Amino acid sequence: MKRRLIDEDKIFDAVKIITLTLALLLVLYPLYFIVIASISDAAAVNTGKVWLLPKGINFEGYRRIIQDEMIWVGYRNTMIYTVVGTALNLVLTLLLAYPLSRDDFKAGKYVMIFLLITMYFHGGLIPKYLIIKQLNLIDHWLVMVLVNAINVFNVIIARTFLRSNIPKSLYEAAIIDGCTHAKFLVRVVIPLSKPILAVLLLYYGVAHWNEFFTALMYITKERLYPLQLVLRTILIENQMQDAMMDDVSALNQKDVGELIKYGIIIVSSLPVLIIYPFLQKYFVQGVMIGSVKG
Amino acid sequence: MKIMRTDLQHAHLRQEEQRLRSKFVRHVKRQYQLYLMILPAIVYFIIFHYAPMYGIQLAFKDFNPKLGITGSPWEGFRHFEKFFNSYQFFRLLRNTIGLSLYQLLAGFPIPIIMALFLNQVKHQRFKKLVQTVTYIPHFISIVVLVGMIHVFLSPSTGLINNVIRGFGYKPVYFLGMPQYFKSIFVFSGIWQNAGWGTIIYLAALAGVNPELYEAARVDGASKLKIIRHVDFPSIMPTIVILFIMNVGRIMNVSFQKALLLQNDLNAEASEIIQTYMYKTGILQMEFEYSTAISLFNTIINVILLILANQVSKKLSENSLW
Repeated sequence: MKRRLIDEDKIFDAVKIITLTLALLLVLYPLYFIVIASISDAAAVNTGKVWLLPKGINFEGYRRIIQDEMIWVGYRNTMIYTVVGTALNLVLTLLLAYPLSRDDFKAGKYVMIFLLITMYFHGGLIPKYLIIKQLNLIDHWLVMVLVNAINVFNVIIARTFLRSNIPKSLYEAAIIDGCTHAKFLVRVVIPLSKPILAVLLLYYGVAHWNEFFTALMYITKERLYPLQLVLRTILIENQMQDAMMDDVSALNQKDVGELIKYGIIIVSSLPVLIIYPFLQKYFVQGVMIGSVKG
Repeated sequence: MKIMRTDLQHAHLRQEEQRLRSKFVRHVKRQYQLYLMILPAIVYFIIFHYAPMYGIQLAFKDFNPKLGITGSPWEGFRHFEKFFNSYQFFRLLRNTIGLSLYQLLAGFPIPIIMALFLNQVKHQRFKKLVQTVTYIPHFISIVVLVGMIHVFLSPSTGLINNVIRGFGYKPVYFLGMPQYFKSIFVFSGIWQNAGWGTIIYLAALAGVNPELYEAARVDGASKLKIIRHVDFPSIMPTIVILFIMNVGRIMNVSFQKALLLQNDLNAEASEIIQTYMYKTGILQMEFEYSTAISLFNTIINVILLILANQVSKKLSENSLW
């Protein structure tokens, strides 16, 4: 009996380790391949000669990407949308989550219902488009930060955090000392909320960085294009800017085009991946708080 | 005598009124800042969420921009009839539901299995490594993901076709063939989100009482049995809640991804209700028709969500509300 149990566990352990290792490799390899492909000789990559290590290392693709004006325009715009948008997100989310986290806020219950309805019921593409148009926000950079100014899910996360992490006695003490809500929020709540701020920063920041559809709907001017729209042109519609290709012979255009694609995937994802490790320790916390239903 | 009584009553009423008023004043004084704080959010939701809901009436109207949404004449269900009678209708429905069910059936169990396995890993660094790496794709944008699919599946230069060629077969233009669309869509989705999906189950597993493991061990349970009788039941509520939420989203396949992956060759399989809605509304400017399609989609979604919630309430006492 005992013996069989041990054998069974051994088989289980083996299956477990193999499965997880396989999952690890399946996720990692495509990412790794893009990195080595982006610094390899284009022809070698495209004929399948690059597998584990880069071949004919060169930074040709990156050179062309850096020279391209649209990439920089996209980068700059996305940077602006992300910084301004995330700042607005954080302020509005906290301002909403704080009152909702207070048990003595009578309107809280109704406000919650008001918010939750929007999670399941939408007006749809066209009515929203017409509103944006009426507000004269088409082709205005503000549309990129205003349309997604608050995410209900993130509000729930923040509210739950505040509710369970700011002791009630703290507020009562503050009130006796003549503290107002605004002061209390700035002086006490925010300093005590670093983990949730980190989570919100990550969620909102990444959402802005990756935002594509808002731009597709409401931005038509190229100088307002965020990075994701520029990426679509190059990665999916296969249209390289002339400047990227001017010195390439027709024969090599395809190879160089692919090389640029590998490089651009990395260049565009880099900022998110750089921030990622710093905020990683807060993920679990964020998801856990978020999973408690509102 | 009578007069005196009314006087008394009046005085009493006044007092009561004053008491209530001062209570109200106190309440307002103490809480007006809270109301001020939520004000910007309320304005935001009214403008960007509730105003579009008001615009849903477009689905029943003959829209004239000069008259505005409210002023345009009513038209009844004509746009809905047009949609139900169009040759596209059943194909759209089949593609939407088919893609979503495929995604749900193939994708939903994977994070659960990964979490159950990860939870049993004693080697902390391996566990951390698997988690760190499998979370990464979640943060990649949808455009980049589709771009990656393009470079990997390219018939002339892509990695996959290089392998196929290596085995002596002809390269396949995967994205141009409708029969591959659903699998490409679903498995790239799993690649992107399965790791991230484990977090929530791992969190639930972290809450399992360690004594249960010891007790099971003493009773001679194998690791597999422990998973079946201890781990699995303890994450069941989480599984049910997530499942309900997923069923409620059956009609909302990742629309942006479908739109980006779509081309003329695979449209037969990739045209879903929402891509069609986008095309008719934004590209062809058939505002009322597109709004009607969108409303149809939302209603089915809400019905599905309520149904799933109801079923789960009956079966397991877990529900969203």
